[in-house]
Amino acid sequence: MEHLFTDANFDAEVLQSSVPVLVDFWAPWCGPCRMTSPIIEELSKEIDEGKLKIGKCNVDENGDIAMKYGIMSIPNFVIFKGGQIDQQFVGGMLKEGFLQKLQKYLV
Amino acid sequence: MIYDIVIIGSGPAGWTAAIYAARAELKPLVFEGSEPGGQLMTTTEVENFPGFVNGIQGPELMRVLRDQAKRFGTQIMSEVVESVDFSSRPYTVTTKEQIVKAKTIVISTGAKARRLGLESEQKLFGHGVSACATCDGFFFKGKNVIVVGGGDGAMEEANFLTRFAEKVTIVHRRDVFKASKIMQERVMDNPKIDIIWNAEVDEILGVAVGHVTGVRLKDTVNGETYEISIDGVFAAIGHEPNTSLFKGKVDLDEKGYIKTIPGTSRTNIEGVFAAGDVQDTRYRQAITAASSGCMAALDAEKSLTAYVSL
Repeated sequence: MEHLFTDANFDAEVLQSSVPVLVDFWAPWCGPCRMTSPIIEELSKEIDEGKLKIGKCNVDENGDIAMKYGIMSIPNFVIFKGGQIDQQFVGGMLKEGFLQKLQKYLV
Repeated sequence: MIYDIVIIGSGPAGWTAAIYAARAELKPLVFEGSEPGGQLMTTTEVENFPGFVNGIQGPELMRVLRDQAKRFGTQIMSEVVESVDFSSRPYTVTTKEQIVKAKTIVISTGAKARRLGLESEQKLFGHGVSACATCDGFFFKGKNVIVVGGGDGAMEEANFLTRFAEKVTIVHRRDVFKASKIMQERVMDNPKIDIIWNAEVDEILGVAVGHVTGVRLKDTVNGETYEISIDGVFAAIGHEPNTSLFKGKVDLDEKGYIKTIPGTSRTNIEGVFAAGDVQDTRYRQAITAASSGCMAALDAEKSLTAYVSL
């Protein structure tokens, strides 16, 4: 299931999460974001939530979080582990590219 | 199974080729590639594509072209082509997932924005260096940014960025723009835009702190360098064709564009066609890409008839 992360729930849902969390920072005006979001949605259905939680954060509506993590380019994918940034990558990719980056959380 | 036609690339050229080929019942297969939709995905308003009285957003245009291709039975694969073999027909196209054979091929892999080519640019990518003004302009609200370049692309980006930025400075290595008159006028009339002539970016500053803090410019006339503080860097210094896959496979010109026989989409290989920015050094418009995609599909159809009757 794909989660929705906001300024309000970010702490509880992402930073305090017991499993790593992939956050897709996106905005409706961003073409590459829109091309990538179906892939993220697909991954969120296929990947075991007990290993990796997946969700998106609209930077337009959640400016505080975007600013806190210095997001200056979207789409921007950040993986939080134990409340810290574990991995970050900028720009859209195909599904297999994501799977490669996420592999280490899924074993 | 051997496909009649495989289309590599999913910009306006690729989708138009697919629409024509699908309507001719050739059951085209499109490989969308690593950047589905191509350069229009990072464009805002497209005001000059015929048929859209009030303009259309680039990503929306690509969505409807894709839907139109799909409607007539185009098969779409979200895969990146890793190699091609044109040495014997049917030709071979290989991705990570599969190997397909095709009687004809349309190459419409487009072009990509050229980068400045600095190490600091790479390091600060996503931290103030952006390749997509329409995606990232928002993050520069009230900030100062530079746009490097002197063509229509640079003018458009500079104008767009003034919606967010406090000040936009265009840095251009000559003392005159090559942009069209209307675009130059929009820039000159925009009070938020400054211009630095005869300068190029020598280095982007801020690597140590993890985000762009400024740039060191080099005067192209006297060679002197100087620094200005800035929060964001956008480069609009032209494009290069996406043809690394085809080196040694079809004839390319000295700049790497695929050579086509004038007035056609034919390459030097029978049954292999090229359309859109990958072969267009002159016009590079969405509409010219679309029209050459149409040419490629019609050329492919003709080539198929000849091939089948062999």
